This record gives sequence, structure tokens and C-alpha cells, in this order.
Amino acid sequence: MKFAGLVWSNLKRRKLRTALTILSVLVAFLLFGFLGAIKQALVGGVDLSDANRLIVRHRVSIIQMLPLAYMDRIGRIPGVVSVTPFIWFNGIYQDPKNFFGSFPVDPVGLLDMYPEISLPAAQRKAWLETRTGAVVGRGLVDRFGWKIGDRIPLVSPIWPKGGASDTWEFEIVGIYDAGRKGADTSGFYFRYDYFDEARQQGKGSIGWYGVRVDSPDHAAAISRAIDNEFANSPAETKSESEGAFAQGFVQQFGDIAAIVLAILAAVFFTILLVAGNTMAQSVRERTNELGVLKAIGFSNERVLGIVLAESFVIAALGGILGLALALVLVAAFAPSLATYLPGFFLPPKQLVAGAGLVVVLGLVAGILPALSAMRLRIAEALRRSA
Amino acid sequence: MSNNDEVLVDVHGVDRVFRRGSEEIHVLQKLDLQVRRGEFLALMGPSGSGKSTLLNLIGGLDRPSSGTVAIGGERIDGLNDRELAAWRARHVGLVFQFYNLLPVLNAQKNVELPLLLTSLSATQRRDHAAAALEIVGLKDRNTSFPSQLSGGEQQRVGIARAIVTDPTILLCDEPTGDLDQKSGDEILSLLQALNREQGKTIIMVTHDPHASARATRTVYLNKGRLLAEKPE
Ligand SMILES: Nc1ncnc2c1ncn2[C@@H]1O[C@H](COP(=O)(O)OP(=O)(O)OP(=O)(O)O)[C@@H](O)[C@H]1O
Ligand SMILES: [Mg+2]
Repeated sequence: MKFAGLVWSNLKRRKLRTALTILSVLVAFLLFGFLGAIKQALVGGVDLSDANRLIVRHRVSIIQMLPLAYMDRIGRIPGVVSVTPFIWFNGIYQDPKNFFGSFPVDPVGLLDMYPEISLPAAQRKAWLETRTGAVVGRGLVDRFGWKIGDRIPLVSPIWPKGGASDTWEFEIVGIYDAGRKGADTSGFYFRYDYFDEARQQGKGSIGWYGVRVDSPDHAAAISRAIDNEFANSPAETKSESEGAFAQGFVQQFGDIAAIVLAILAAVFFTILLVAGNTMAQSVRERTNELGVLKAIGFSNERVLGIVLAESFVIAALGGILGLALALVLVAAFAPSLATYLPGFFLPPKQLVAGAGLVVVLGLVAGILPALSAMRLRIAEALRRSA
Repeated sequence: MSNNDEVLVDVHGVDRVFRRGSEEIHVLQKLDLQVRRGEFLALMGPSGSGKSTLLNLIGGLDRPSSGTVAIGGERIDGLNDRELAAWRARHVGLVFQFYNLLPVLNAQKNVELPLLLTSLSATQRRDHAAAALEIVGLKDRNTSFPSQLSGGEQQRVGIARAIVTDPTILLCDEPTGDLDQKSGDEILSLLQALNREQGKTIIMVTHDPHASARATRTVYLNKGRLLAEKPE
């Protein structure tokens, strides 16, 4: 510890260069934290998925509809506990850029199958009593400043309303919170019965079914049984576990994890060069001073340690500040991103990985300059000063 | 000063050969030198004669190609790098022509530097360094950085750094080589006082007859050999 003053003084020698190097390390770790949170948001759905639940959709694509009549047939398949329908409504509130997910659903089926949608009992009751009632996630309510009792007009490019106006009007009767960490609270759910009666076309068709099965061990067999049930019908199905479905959804963005990794690898390689170059320069320009330290009795190992310590301080300052800033910014952005990227948060394992990266960066950036400082021959180092 | 006749530095049959490509440069050849405790020896000779090379061997900064170097009865020519570093920290004070202070540290911290290698506490280090600065007459400049000091003052800080560990021997390579006459004289007076009043053994390389006149003995290095008289 008594050498800390010496290490610190050396870092202050070229304040601007040290500051810029720390800043670039900081930016790299900020990016590391931010991308980590984005990745978490994109693949987090996979972790949140419930092995007890299946998604049954049209075999060709999710946008093709299935008959509502399938609901009873699926319900009769052994091992199926419950079935509930979903439709992608694509509601637009005032402006298309105000995007959020909106779905006609069966209230009882939805709330029973998805404990992550946590709704007070009184509001559940109100929903069952209000035909035009909607239940909205906390994140979405906060985004638009809505409250219970508000009337929300939505227009759907897919589902025009029959009658005089094509605008759907809903009354907010409930606000749900996340029943699990990282769960999405950006949804807008309303009643299927109201929707089906008022829609102009496609009556009696739905988008996909959520299915609860009696045991995760039976999930694969039940998926096959469901798909067999509708084989060779006009609307064949594809059933898969929620996890597989979420995975498939994530893969629409390409392999996010691999892309994030590639970007980070490039960033850290660059940072390694920046920090390594700073250390190399710093060692080169004080060859003479390092020679003096050795001449007055500092051992080779001690000189190696001092140079490595400088490298570690740069990596640690940049890394800790960068991760801290990422933590703050992610927390600050999470509410406004909640609708696009629900589950946007910095997972602890990302912070642990960041800490590991700090150590690796400090070591790798500093090791070559430190070794060359260690190998300096005193007499030659001192001659270079004259 | 009972052991004033004791041989402190014993260089015996020393060769130092440098290799530059295929060429071999014999800088020192079968060189013998003995310095007694309490001597102030001036080492003179033309440029390139090997004065610094010899000083480096005595100070354990370099090892001879052959021959032996013993300081205070201890052979140092066979020590490895780590042992030599520890030995230097304990026994040698070095004063350089260009002072070689660390520009990022103030005078006080520069003088404390060798004490970092000892077991002294922070307070003891501060007190020792203050005492050394007082000896060289720079007590009140302890917070000045090298760039804020004149050449003569920097060299006095350099001397304070060299004596702060109370080394067995003080090795000075052209300590006045970069100074004007007046500052140089002050430095020489300081070295002389350290030698006379504190009994410090000093070996000083110099080109300046003025400087060697302050020493108790002068030897001349010429073509790799030592002479007691100035060669023609
Ligand atoms: N590491 C080295 N490699 C090769 N040659 C060296 C090395 N060190 C010293 N020499 C050579 O040894 C000779 C003596 O060098 P040294 O520095 O000891 O001379 P000096 O007497 O101190 O000269 P000056 O008065 O100019 O300081 C020179 O010819 C020098 O080039
Ligand atoms: Mg020399």
C-alpha cells in the first residue's frame, strides 16, 4: 500500500492521457452494461417462460387465424388443464408510434393461466362486470398517464369496428402489476366477447391459444397430440412450449447473444489497444525513471508490480464508473423503454462478468509494458538519460 | 573511527567486456582497486575510459565479466538480480549527473523513495526524509517539485535521497557535471562535509580537477587500467 502514492503520481503525470484512457474504458463498460440489459430484455422472455404452458398457433404463421371451436377440442385432450385464446389486435392510440401490445382475451382464462399478470380481486370483478372494460399494465399506464375510469379510444388497422365509427372505445377497469421479476407490464387486455361481437370480419376466429398442461414432462407429448388432432384440417396447428416460442421470437432478431458478443469483443479489443498503448507509452517515456527506481534497490518484480498496478487502476476506475453509469442509465431508461423492451434491467451476473473483465483488461493491457519495465537493464536505462 | 584502515571496497582482477554485435569491447581489464572506509576517492579519466562502468560494478548495478567485487567483506559479484537489488537498497547511495529525480514527486517524496523498501513506518519515513533534507539545506523546499528547483537544488535533493538510508557507500557519477561553478562548489562542499563529519565513504567520478582536489585521493582510469598518477 505504501507504493500507492507512487502509482497514483505516475498516473497523474499525463492527466489528459490518463483521463482519456479511463474515459474510453468507461465507455466500453457502459456499452457492456447497456447491451447486457438489452440482451436481458430480449432473451429474458425465455427465462420467464413457464414449462407448464404451451402456445398453439397456426402451422404456417402466427398471423393466420385459428377457429374458436378448437378451444373445446384442445381442452378435451388428456393432460390439458386449461385453454385460453389470444388475438393480436394491433391497437393504435392517437399515433402509430405509440406502439404497445393489445389483445382481446377471455378474462378468467387469462388471469388463471398467467399469474405474472397480478390484478387486485376487486378489479378482476369489475372487469367481469364491464363489457368494454380493459386491464392495462402498470408500465403502459405510467407511460400515458392513464388511470382507472379513463376511456381509451383505439383504432386497429386489422380489426375495424363495425358500426358508425371505426374507433374502439375501452374503459380502464384494472391496472396489473408484474407478478414476477422482469415480467412485462406493457400489455392492454380487453374482453373477447365485446370484440367478437363488434368486429366486422373474421368472427369466431382467434390468433393463438395458451394451454396449461398437467406436467412439464407431458408437454412434448401433449403438443404432438394437439397437432395430430388438427392434422389434415384447413387450419393445422403448431404447438410448442412457451420457452421454445420465446426462443423462436428472439431468433427473429438474429442471434442476439452472438451479435452482442461480437460487438463487445470488438469494443474490448479496441480498448485493450488503447489502454495497452497508454501503458506502453508511459513505460517508454520513463525508461530512465524506472532505471533509477531499480538502481536505488527496487527489485524487478516490484517494478513489474508498480506498472501493473497502474494498468489495474485505469481498468478499475474506467470499469467501475462505466458499470455504475450503466446501472444508473438502465434504471433511468427502463420506464420509458418498458413498452418496447419489458424486462430491461442489468442482471447481477452481467455485473460479475464486468468485474472479471476489469481484472482481465488490467492484466492484459499492462502485462507487456510491465514485463519490458521489469527487464530493463539498469545501466542501459540510465545511459539513455544522458 | 577505529576501523579507518579497513578496506571497504575490494575490486580484484575485474574484466568487463561488452559485446556489440560480433565485436568485443574490453572496457576494464584485470582491474584492481581498494578503497578504505572513510575515503573520498575521485575517479578520473577520459570519456569512454570506463569510469561509469567501474562505478556500476562497485554499486552492484552490473556484474563483472570476471574477477571479484567485495564490499565490506561481502562478495557481490555472484549475487542474483533480486539479491543485488536488496543489497543496493541497504548499502548504496547513488548520486547522478542529471539528478534523476522523479518529476511527479515533490522533494520530500523523492527523498522518501528508498525508504519505501525498508520497514519504517510512514511517520518514520517522513522524519528521516526531513532530516536528510535538513542536512543538504533544503528543509523548507520539501514540497517543491523538481521542476521548481534549480540544478544545484535538485542535486542536493539527489544527495538527500542517496544518504537517507545511511548507506555504507556513496557513489557519485559526475555530480557537478551539469552545474555551474558556484553550485558545483556547494555540492562538493556538501560531499566533503559528509565525508569529514559523518565519515561517509565516497567514490566520485569527475572530469573536473577542481572537484578531484576536494577528494582525499584521486585515481585515473586509462585504457581499462587504473593509475595513481595522471597519464600524459
Ligand atoms: N551496455 C553497454 N554496451 C556496450 N558498450 C558499452 C555499454 N556500457 C558501456 N559501454 C562502452 O564502454 C565504454 C566505457 O563506458 P563508460 O560509460 O564506462 O565510460 P565513462 O568513462 O563513464 O565515459 P564518460 O566520461 O563519457 O561518462 C564506452 O566505450 C561505452 O561505449
Ligand atoms: Mg560515465
